[in-house]
Amino acid sequence: MSGIVFRVSGPVVIVDGLDNPSMYDVVKVGSHGLIGEIIKLDNGRAIVQVYEDTTGIRPGEPVENTRSQLSVKLGPGLLGSIYDGIQRPLDRIQAASGDFIERGATAEPIDTERRWHFVPTVKEGAELGPGSVIGEVQETSLIKHRVMVPIGVRGKVYGLREGDLTVDERVALIRSTGGDIEVRLSQRWNVRSHRPVIDKLAPHMPLITGQRVIDTFFPVAKGGSAAVPGPFGSGKTVIQQQLAKWSDADVIVYVGCGERGNEMADILMTFPELEDPKSGKPLMDRTILIANTSNMPVAAREASIYTGITIAEYYRDMGYSVALMADSTSRWAEALREISGRLEEMPGEEGYPAYLGRKIAEFYERAGMAKLMNGGVGSITVIGAVSPPGGDVSEPVSQNTLRATRVFWALDSSLANSRHFPSINWLNSYSLYTDDLMGWYEKNAGEDWRSVYGSSMRTLQREAEINDVVQLVGYDAIPDEDKLVLEVARSIREDFLQQSAFDEVDTFSSMHKQYLMIRSIMDFNSAAAEAIGRGVQLKDVRDSEALRMIARMKFVKEGEIDGYNESVRDEIERLRKREAESVI
Amino acid sequence: MSDIYYKTIDKITNVLLFVRGVGDAAYGEIVNIKLDDGRTLSGQVLDSRDGLAIVQSFGDTRSMNLGGTSVRFSGSPATLNVSTEMLGRIFDGMGRPRDGGMAIHGGESVPIGGSAINPYSREEPAEFIQTGISTIDCMNTLVRGQKLPIFSGAGMPHNRLAAQIARQAKLLNSSDRFAVVFGGIGINSEEANFFKNEFESTGALENTVMFLNLSSEPSMERIILPRLALTTAEYLAYKEDMHVLVVLTDMTNYCEALREVSAAREEVPGRRGFPGYMYTDLSTIYERAGKIKGRKGSITQLPILTMPSDDITNPIPDLTGYITEGQIVLSREIYRKGIYPNVNVLPSLSRLMNQGIGKGSTREDHRNVADQLYAAYARGIDVRNLVEIVGDEALTDSDKRYLRFSNEFERRFVKQDYYEERGIESTLALGWELLSGLNVSEMKRLKPEQIERYGRWKDAEGEHKADKA
Repeated sequence: MSGIVFRVSGPVVIVDGLDNPSMYDVVKVGSHGLIGEIIKLDNGRAIVQVYEDTTGIRPGEPVENTRSQLSVKLGPGLLGSIYDGIQRPLDRIQAASGDFIERGATAEPIDTERRWHFVPTVKEGAELGPGSVIGEVQETSLIKHRVMVPIGVRGKVYGLREGDLTVDERVALIRSTGGDIEVRLSQRWNVRSHRPVIDKLAPHMPLITGQRVIDTFFPVAKGGSAAVPGPFGSGKTVIQQQLAKWSDADVIVYVGCGERGNEMADILMTFPELEDPKSGKPLMDRTILIANTSNMPVAAREASIYTGITIAEYYRDMGYSVALMADSTSRWAEALREISGRLEEMPGEEGYPAYLGRKIAEFYERAGMAKLMNGGVGSITVIGAVSPPGGDVSEPVSQNTLRATRVFWALDSSLANSRHFPSINWLNSYSLYTDDLMGWYEKNAGEDWRSVYGSSMRTLQREAEINDVVQLVGYDAIPDEDKLVLEVARSIREDFLQQSAFDEVDTFSSMHKQYLMIRSIMDFNSAAAEAIGRGVQLKDVRDSEALRMIARMKFVKEGEIDGYNESVRDEIERLRKREAESVI
Repeated sequence: MSDIYYKTIDKITNVLLFVRGVGDAAYGEIVNIKLDDGRTLSGQVLDSRDGLAIVQSFGDTRSMNLGGTSVRFSGSPATLNVSTEMLGRIFDGMGRPRDGGMAIHGGESVPIGGSAINPYSREEPAEFIQTGISTIDCMNTLVRGQKLPIFSGAGMPHNRLAAQIARQAKLLNSSDRFAVVFGGIGINSEEANFFKNEFESTGALENTVMFLNLSSEPSMERIILPRLALTTAEYLAYKEDMHVLVVLTDMTNYCEALREVSAAREEVPGRRGFPGYMYTDLSTIYERAGKIKGRKGSITQLPILTMPSDDITNPIPDLTGYITEGQIVLSREIYRKGIYPNVNVLPSLSRLMNQGIGKGSTREDHRNVADQLYAAYARGIDVRNLVEIVGDEALTDSDKRYLRFSNEFERRFVKQDYYEERGIESTLALGWELLSGLNVSEMKRLKPEQIERYGRWKDAEGEHKADKA
């Protein structure tokens, strides 16, 4: 039985007369059939948040309950797609309704016509549990899509069909105690509940991003979570995009949540042209974009984060390492606030609902390295941008995010103003994974990683202390050894930490290259200290060829870096042996 | 459209009317309000339920009473008649002519709310617009389809800067049709006249559509006005293939009107009393800038806002900055030095700059020169602050060079005449000249081959490298 609209106020619609509605049922509102979700039940009335603009809706219009919850369709064809917050494919919506998004527009989330070649990987009659892989489809050049037994289903498999199938076709049957259950190439999952795993594991390897300040100083583990708060213009979006482009995850889910339309256009233009640094295949082949720009309906923005993480969990369950970038979670929190305000709920801090902290923590808890239902291992790394008002991180969204995440990349507007990018402040940022990952770095980057990392970090901290003194007494009054610290710190900042996202070579540094670079700077440090100890002038150290060569290192291609490193090392050793010029 | 006038108003606040007994008012529907003194006003439904409609009045509720005021529901949301006839005309905040001319008839009637552009349909803005202003062209480049606001403060020359940009903005090597849509939101009559005279004297008026709401006029119209301006712009851009520059001033007045309505509705306030949905609301204005694949026209937005007490963390500039693709920030300190335009380049930014510059559009060294100027100016300002603490005796040679650079930069690069149109080539040449006062070995943002080609440093024989090459 259908209900009728009783009241409309912005994205919130109150509905009368639905027959026994349930919380989070999806409903279609009005003659356009606008999609909404029941978020509150009150005395026979259902309070609905609508995912589209409600202008023109009147009391008395019909409302239909679909009796299903907000869910996403999961199957081959997701990769390379661009969706809005409730998994409507923007390319097919454009084909159906033009350049402007019409209300009530619908389209199948994944292509139902396309045929995929399904190859079973199990034998007829095998005993399978939830999440077990039945067979594979080559979804893109990079990713094999593993078709899994739906969650909650267990039994013997039979009726396996190898061949070219559409996503809605059956690939097998599972004979369970409750009867036969069809397994199709695609399945649905409710976005508001997480897909189960057996256990969460401790992260043990870094997500290599190719960004030096991150990989070397503030790494995030595969299966970890990171927060990137910063004022506007500090480079949040560029960092998120760099991670989406270069990090070594198998699958990337990029959620543009309440952000700029032109930026999404930029991603759509550049990603298909970019190549994965490892395989040379187009990056789009491992990427799923969710774009709910700021002017698109606010309730769909609220849902976009969940749509993204559910898709990420699906690929994790196949045993992949997935990275999800959410830009920006503040816009999602504001959507919560806006809807909460319309419901006239009692506000908590700064008008945000009292459950903000719980919602943020729940979201980040869906990250992790996990032991999967099928016995395999997969991971989701979540990197959330936060846009604190005025750049002040004492506000509720930043604070709740910092409590839920283990890496903090503090973006600094004064660094951004002097065009030091990425503008991650090296004194305020932290990574709680540094110790857990030390073993990995010693094995994979360089044996002396601990000492190189420790001494370069100390140099940067010393620089800040010395600068405080310089402010008081002037540069000339400080001893030569402190002046050397300033020189080395400058080299770390300018030649290592600064990295151009727009330079062909500099945009990505392998871990090996990062190690050679930071190692050279620290070798220069010890060599210069020795030379100065023998009376060599600081000026000569500063003008040394070694320092100049270090500065050019970031522009040296990966293939040539070992050779170049040799000559840098020779120069450093020359400096080390240099004698003071005799004063005549 | 119905002919029923509801006289069942049981509550009036300074902007809201509560109309009882209405069964099916549409959310967002436009209403006509008739007063017993014969005045008629427009309004809009903000909340509709079975038996009650809450209506926001666009005019003054002065002298309204509960018994004699009636409301008629129009049946449709706010629309505007758009056509090319609008060029050269001036309208008020409700879209009525205010230049004594005829109302626009026979055009296309379109809802002013607009629909979101499908991100998939957007074309990435990438065409360099030369404004002839060095701080913008070189360091915060404007491109077609961008929204780049000017963050100003009370009493600073943001209007002159906007007028200069509107006058000089052009694409290199292009003869596309160009139009300006001007939205004056709650500005005073002097400002309105300044823009009117400005457009008249340059002959731009015939390609301009002006919407004006003066500070003495109903503040509620300020919420409608930018949407009228953008609806017009969309028509000109996407139906008439024109490149439209939309100037909106002053967005601070818009936000204050928004706050007024929110307070009247007794909503839970967010920061500084502004409503929690202000970000979303502003985005439905700013995001209407852009370009669409396969369509010729474009909409470039130049909103102006005055930051209350010059505070960039105030919600108005803050939320704007999170939506727009950068910002041009004006500085009171530079203004006091008598420098026009008083752009402070350090907090200024253009996010779409990289797409519009470089080889093929401006010059291959553009990005590097801009970055080097930024880094050097930032260092110079640091030194300037240091001098205030320790005096200039403690400065190193290199510090002194940076200090001199920052002063020269403000006096020669930032400063220019109101009628001075500096081409991008001369702007870049000026940049190189100023950089040559610094040590060439410290120029880490410039590439060696660029220094070789454009650098003004003298080599051992005392000759300019660039001249020899």
